[in-house]
Amino acid sequence: MSEFLISGGTVVDATGERRADVRVVDGTIAEVAEGLAPGPGGTVLDAEGAIVAPGLVDIQVHLREPGREDSETIESGARAAALGGCTAVVCMPNTTPAIDEASVVHSILERARSAGLCEVQPAGCITRGRAGVELAPIGELYDLGVRIFTDDGDCVADAGVMRRAFEYASALPGAVIAQHAEDPALVRGGHMHEGAWSARLGIAGRPATAESSIVARDLQLAALTGGRYHVLHLSCATSADLVRAGKATGIRVTAECTPQHLVLTDAACAGFDPTFKMNPPLREQADVDGLRAALADGTIDAIATDHAPHSPETKDVPFEEAPPGMLGVETALAVAHTTLVAEGIVTLGHLLGALSWRPAAIAGLDAAGPEGGGHGGPIAPGRPAHLCVFDPQRRWVVEGERLASRSRNTPWEGRELTGRVRHTLYRGIPTVRDEEATR
Amino acid sequence: MRHLLSIGDLGGRAGIEQMLDLTATFAEVMQREVPKVPALRGRTVVSLFYEDSTRTRLSFEAAAKRLSADTMNFSVATSSVSKGESLLDTIRTIEAMGVDAIVVRHRASGAPHRIAAWADAHVVNAGDGRHEHPTQALLDAYTLRVRRGPTLDGCRVAIVGDVRHSRVARSNVYALHALGCEVILVGPPTLMPESTDGWPVTVVHDLDEVLGSLDVVYLLRLQRERIAEALFPSIREYTSRWGLTPDRAARLHPDTLVMHPGPVNRGIEIAGAVVDSDRSLVTEQVANGVAVRMAVLWSLLGGGEFV
Amino acid sequence: MDASEHAEPVLRTRVFDSDDLRRALTRIAHEIVERNHGADRVVLVGLYTRGVAIARRLADAVGSFESVTPPVGALDVAFFRDDIGLRPVAPLGPTEVPDCAGRVVVLVDDVLFTGRTARAALNALGEFGRPAAVQLAVLVDRGHRELPVRADYVGKNLPTRLSEDVRVRLTEVDGGPDGVELWGEPA
Repeated sequence: MSEFLISGGTVVDATGERRADVRVVDGTIAEVAEGLAPGPGGTVLDAEGAIVAPGLVDIQVHLREPGREDSETIESGARAAALGGCTAVVCMPNTTPAIDEASVVHSILERARSAGLCEVQPAGCITRGRAGVELAPIGELYDLGVRIFTDDGDCVADAGVMRRAFEYASALPGAVIAQHAEDPALVRGGHMHEGAWSARLGIAGRPATAESSIVARDLQLAALTGGRYHVLHLSCATSADLVRAGKATGIRVTAECTPQHLVLTDAACAGFDPTFKMNPPLREQADVDGLRAALADGTIDAIATDHAPHSPETKDVPFEEAPPGMLGVETALAVAHTTLVAEGIVTLGHLLGALSWRPAAIAGLDAAGPEGGGHGGPIAPGRPAHLCVFDPQRRWVVEGERLASRSRNTPWEGRELTGRVRHTLYRGIPTVRDEEATR
Repeated sequence: MRHLLSIGDLGGRAGIEQMLDLTATFAEVMQREVPKVPALRGRTVVSLFYEDSTRTRLSFEAAAKRLSADTMNFSVATSSVSKGESLLDTIRTIEAMGVDAIVVRHRASGAPHRIAAWADAHVVNAGDGRHEHPTQALLDAYTLRVRRGPTLDGCRVAIVGDVRHSRVARSNVYALHALGCEVILVGPPTLMPESTDGWPVTVVHDLDEVLGSLDVVYLLRLQRERIAEALFPSIREYTSRWGLTPDRAARLHPDTLVMHPGPVNRGIEIAGAVVDSDRSLVTEQVANGVAVRMAVLWSLLGGGEFV
Repeated sequence: MDASEHAEPVLRTRVFDSDDLRRALTRIAHEIVERNHGADRVVLVGLYTRGVAIARRLADAVGSFESVTPPVGALDVAFFRDDIGLRPVAPLGPTEVPDCAGRVVVLVDDVLFTGRTARAALNALGEFGRPAAVQLAVLVDRGHRELPVRADYVGKNLPTRLSEDVRVRLTEVDGGPDGVELWGEPA
């Protein structure tokens, strides 16, 4: 029997906020009340001054395995996620081979189980090989627990294929068609946001219209088919406005954005450092402001990091030669807390919703599932003990070298953040204790 | 000033003028019977040219040699730049040999900035992608000053052609503006920068509209590859609308000067007769390249007092 | 010429006033003509910045009692210095050296100190042809030589401490009256 007592913290979940201790027994939340005493043989986890929240759920991470284990493995990525307070992640299918058949799903689930650091739900491809032509075996992947389908990394550019995907997936309850919205014809040859900065730096750009034009089209296809649509890493104000309007007319759309798109602009590329290169690119201040407003009013449901590890050799090259993407899963909550909550854009409760229960619902990880499920709370007796203890006062400086990821490409290098995950419990067992991974 | 990666590194008008004054000093040195000074004796300057450009590379080499520095050459043209080797590894190899300055030309914008982050040596940008070509702008400004006199305030300069893809244009916009010129960009919309927010320029698409009021017409080289990218339909149409044809040259004010960074596409962006005319500064531009580059190398390696 | 590192330097001695300076230059002009048996073969080359002004004054002085005024040149020694890369060095003015093959070049500077500027000037001069002889005229010799250099003509021998600063003022360069002052730490 294993027992942990999370003592002295403030519990925050979808139902609200209250001072309470949490007793966890054999993987399940047993008691939530003030003034609990530790049981015999139980371990106390100090939560003085800290928030006790449901474990975070990052629905867009790249674990690189199979194929690019030099930059990340399922184990190292899951460890980084646990240190970031996550108890579940959805991993993207642009691996080698791609997640477009059952055998790849099996091997990923197997690796995740043996790492035992968090639940990993693979996302499946929409099209075979992410080529954008034929549908991948969506049903077969669905039966193995896949819920999010995306060709992420690439956009499903053909409207006809996208329509068929919506229609086919609508037969599978909980299946979501998620789009990396960037029209390839408009972003061809571009490496950063098309705007004043790209013109000045002499780098070909990727205009915001490449994203919003696809979002506009997909929303209409979702309306046409009744399908469920999710916008990955939404990056510009126009797209946010389109999603808001779509929701208002009853289209089944959800959206996510990354922490970096809520904080950084294309000005970050001024030194030509490819750490700040990603697709979709960092955009203008007006876009940052638009995304913040959309997060605050619920247009954007979730924050997902698009955690994209790249080994130093691949990023230590001229800007246009570098692969796009930044690390994020280990720092997301701390970054968002330091910026958005401190500046009053959102409350901590709203932020935790964006990082935990709302993404859990999008991916169906809130329900019980083949690998466990039950993420996102609420924190109540009988629920699985997937918890994150977060100290909102703790100051620390990000050092890429010391992050758990195999790679170091973090845009927050050297930044001082306010707020850090102290403990993470997955299935009632600490994966992170006193800011260190336990395995 | 540790590196010269972009015109902005010179610190505005005062810094640019200081560099141009220094260029005049070196122009005088080049007139001497022994056109060489021991100023950088014992220092090593390496050329790292990923894009072939014999003219610029030789210009830098001559500049280094006249300052008595030792030179080394890594260029794609002579295959001494190993194709499989990453830029970072090449820089490490060069640094291991103990060099004081690296002069680099590369097709990727920002490559010199990365090198500056990796290397201890001083870095000079000899042209990076579409971003900047600072020594070209300096020699252009110097050439203009020699012809027109030391102040360029109010001088109206039109930069004509493919500004979008031109590093020479970007550096010139900043340098000429800093020196007090009025800069006008002329060309088809598809060859203008995607955004000129914050650029100290006026954008005009009709060359004939501004032709008569210009002090300087600066032509950019047109590249045929742009046709395949659907940026304009044909050479003929380009020349008829934006080329400095003999007919247009005749409508210029008698004192208007003509410049081009070279190499010139005779008959395309500029008529051959105009290149060879008295108003053309093209040969002086080339000639002044060495003195400018001597000034730059001296400033970085000689520990010159800089703004 | 480093002033004191500790306190602000103050004026310690007025070494020359404008009359003293004039007399010294007149005497040097006479010595140059005497030593070289006339002014015919003499070329005066001043070292920037004040050496150039002094060279012009010497030329005018010679011209006032001889039938010929020697040609005057200006030499910038920046690129020939031995401390390039150790401290900021910048050229000070355009170099213009008259033809000196077979003539006597008198290098002219305001203050002779370590001798390194004079040595750089000798190197620089070497690029302009082969003079019959090179002589050195200075307004003030403050000692502390680091190289085997000596002046042929000296306005004033002034023993100084390293921490002191010799300041030469010339109307055409600095404005105000001519003078030579010694500055140093407050007593």
